[in-house]
Amino acid sequence: MSATSARPSPAPPTSGAAFIFKKALISAGVALVLFSLMIGVRTEAGPQGGLIYWTRFGDLAVLVATVFGGSIIVELLRQWWGPVDSDRFVPKPVQTAMAFAGRWLAPALLVFAFLIPVIFYNQRYILDLSILVLTYVMLGWGLNVVVGLAGLLDLGYVAFYAVGAYSYALLATNFGLSFWVCLPLAGILAAFWGVLLGFPVLRLRGDYLAIVTLAFGEIIRLVIINWQSLTGGPNGVSGIPRPTLFGIPLDNSDDGLAAKLGIDFSPTHRIIFLFYLILALALITNWVTIRLRRLPIGRAWEALREDEVACRALGINVTTTKLTAFATGAMFGGFAGAFFATRQGFISPESFTFQESALVLAIVVLGGMGSQLGVALAALTMIGGFELFRGLDQYRMLVFGMAMVLLMIWRPRGLIGHRAPTVFLERNQAISSDLVKEGHG
Amino acid sequence: MDYFAQQLINGLVLGSIYGLIAIGYTMVYGIVGMINFAHGDIFMIGGFIALISFLVLVSFGLTAVPVILLIVLLVSMAITALYGWTIERIAYRPLRHSFRLAPMLSAIGMSFVLTNFSQVSQGARVKPVPPIITGGYTLHEGAAGFAVQLSNIQIVVVLTTIVLLAVFTWIVSRTRLGRDMRACEQDQTMAALLGVDVDRTISMTFVIGAALAAVAGMMYLLYYGLVDFFMGFVAGIKAFTAAVLGGIGSLPGAMLGGLAIGLIETFWSAYFSVEYKDVAAFSILIVVLIFMPTGLLGRPEVEKV
Repeated sequence: MSATSARPSPAPPTSGAAFIFKKALISAGVALVLFSLMIGVRTEAGPQGGLIYWTRFGDLAVLVATVFGGSIIVELLRQWWGPVDSDRFVPKPVQTAMAFAGRWLAPALLVFAFLIPVIFYNQRYILDLSILVLTYVMLGWGLNVVVGLAGLLDLGYVAFYAVGAYSYALLATNFGLSFWVCLPLAGILAAFWGVLLGFPVLRLRGDYLAIVTLAFGEIIRLVIINWQSLTGGPNGVSGIPRPTLFGIPLDNSDDGLAAKLGIDFSPTHRIIFLFYLILALALITNWVTIRLRRLPIGRAWEALREDEVACRALGINVTTTKLTAFATGAMFGGFAGAFFATRQGFISPESFTFQESALVLAIVVLGGMGSQLGVALAALTMIGGFELFRGLDQYRMLVFGMAMVLLMIWRPRGLIGHRAPTVFLERNQAISSDLVKEGHG
Repeated sequence: MDYFAQQLINGLVLGSIYGLIAIGYTMVYGIVGMINFAHGDIFMIGGFIALISFLVLVSFGLTAVPVILLIVLLVSMAITALYGWTIERIAYRPLRHSFRLAPMLSAIGMSFVLTNFSQVSQGARVKPVPPIITGGYTLHEGAAGFAVQLSNIQIVVVLTTIVLLAVFTWIVSRTRLGRDMRACEQDQTMAALLGVDVDRTISMTFVIGAALAAVAGMMYLLYYGLVDFFMGFVAGIKAFTAAVLGGIGSLPGAMLGGLAIGLIETFWSAYFSVEYKDVAAFSILIVVLIFMPTGLLGRPEVEKV
């Protein structure tokens, strides 16, 4: 689809106070109609079971006024900033500074991540939040294999997360298998499901693929909810064993780690252990992905993302390429799921809704589709931002949705949108992904 | 046999509602080439607006049911259409020439916004309404005491759907707007060069799709007697399934797919298990796409290299 630059009529004036005022007035009018019933009237089931309603015209007025004011501010900002696609001059020192920062950001973040338990030893909240962020970093890196590298739009990634979590939970609670036995099993089972999903969708492209993966994710969730005898249904699985340090439990019993080392027991030990566990898992994901990108299969993935037809023409086996991408991504999702189960000690289908899939996909796309550092930064931004709004409670998802829309408009290519070539002549030069035209994957 | 006939009627009614939503998906996909993920939530908003305007009208002392229903229908269509227009303007237009995934994610974000907007503004609890259209006919009295019922509300739903489809088909095939829409579907650049206002046509597509979704929302409210803020998600996926099943981009296909999904779901609940009805609908989607990737009435997508 090429740009429709040919417009039949000349563009109307887009500056001046009158124009801004008119635009704000139209926005306010639209807002008034949109919110008139939804905000202006509040319905609720009354005491007798019938519906009652009351009006909230004050709120409505405030909201419409906000839209009016906001519209003026947005328009002023837009005029100050200039047209969206105009090239902006970046001074040379800033460029070098940014290049320097870009080179050292990843190692600096890594060192910081290793030091988090040392710095924030007594701040349980920060440790928990870091574990959460790292879980999403790992999920993001896992999905990045499927979406970012192979270009296969997967809206049901949470299914593999769920398979991993339930594999560990059920194997551990029913057969007493330890975390370290279950972890690879969870990965293998998830990868198996990945291949199982991969087969039917081999011929599908783009949006068809998206909707089938979404349907697959929903099927897995619905089966978990309804297969009560196995999964406990909506009640979930509780009493999932905590991980051990290769057989040594991290509790205050006599053969616990603290007693063996002769130090005082503290519940923080287990948190820190979990932190390093997920950090290690995430780094393994990252390392494997980086290595795979340099192997023929990784290059085949990226070729597939750029142009499937050309791939076929060059004799790349599209079937195995897609299936390995699904399996690899699913496997990492399974690992993350097993970790999630052991960390929570309790899992239920509520943790594996479409919302999670969308969140992970948003992390990957915001991270720039294929950029490992970008995914990590995006996970940090999204989950961190999500936590900032925890106080807003019910408005949190509303703000999250708006942020998603605004971020997509602001940076459709993600935070770090560039393509780093794996093969190059003389020097490695990354190019902006705006210059890349993707085929339909 | 009576039981079968009854399920057939129920399935067709449910399928009409899905079909109305599916048309919105398939139209937008045909022209802009994106999944309007927020469309299911537009349907939900339509249901809410129908509910609220109904309550307000009743409290004003209106008693004539046909008048009320007509006003509610028009109000719901108008306001929901404006929602569709606004969403296109805010979330999709800036991303129209962006890369493939961007509008899709923007749409997912918009879907979250709408779901949570109605949760925040109208509360999380299910909103029940008493049955507004009552009565019906007994078509056939079975031997075992089982009677095939056709209720008035079912007739209303199916008739409304048929009328709307006729109007809609007329718009697409006979009016200037419909011609512009078909032109944009084939080639936007060429359409623009020939004097079609592409932006306006795309806006109108969203407006019509949202208006049809609003009707579906209202029918859902009348038929099931409740709305809640989360109903858009599942209904949306199923309607999309219907659109894909019928062949995305094809308008008769969307209606056919809607009916198919409605029938599959109803028969599955009737003869197998209610719990797995959604699983059945989604599985059918996967199976159809394996053997017929372009759906029932879709044209095969040819990629030029």
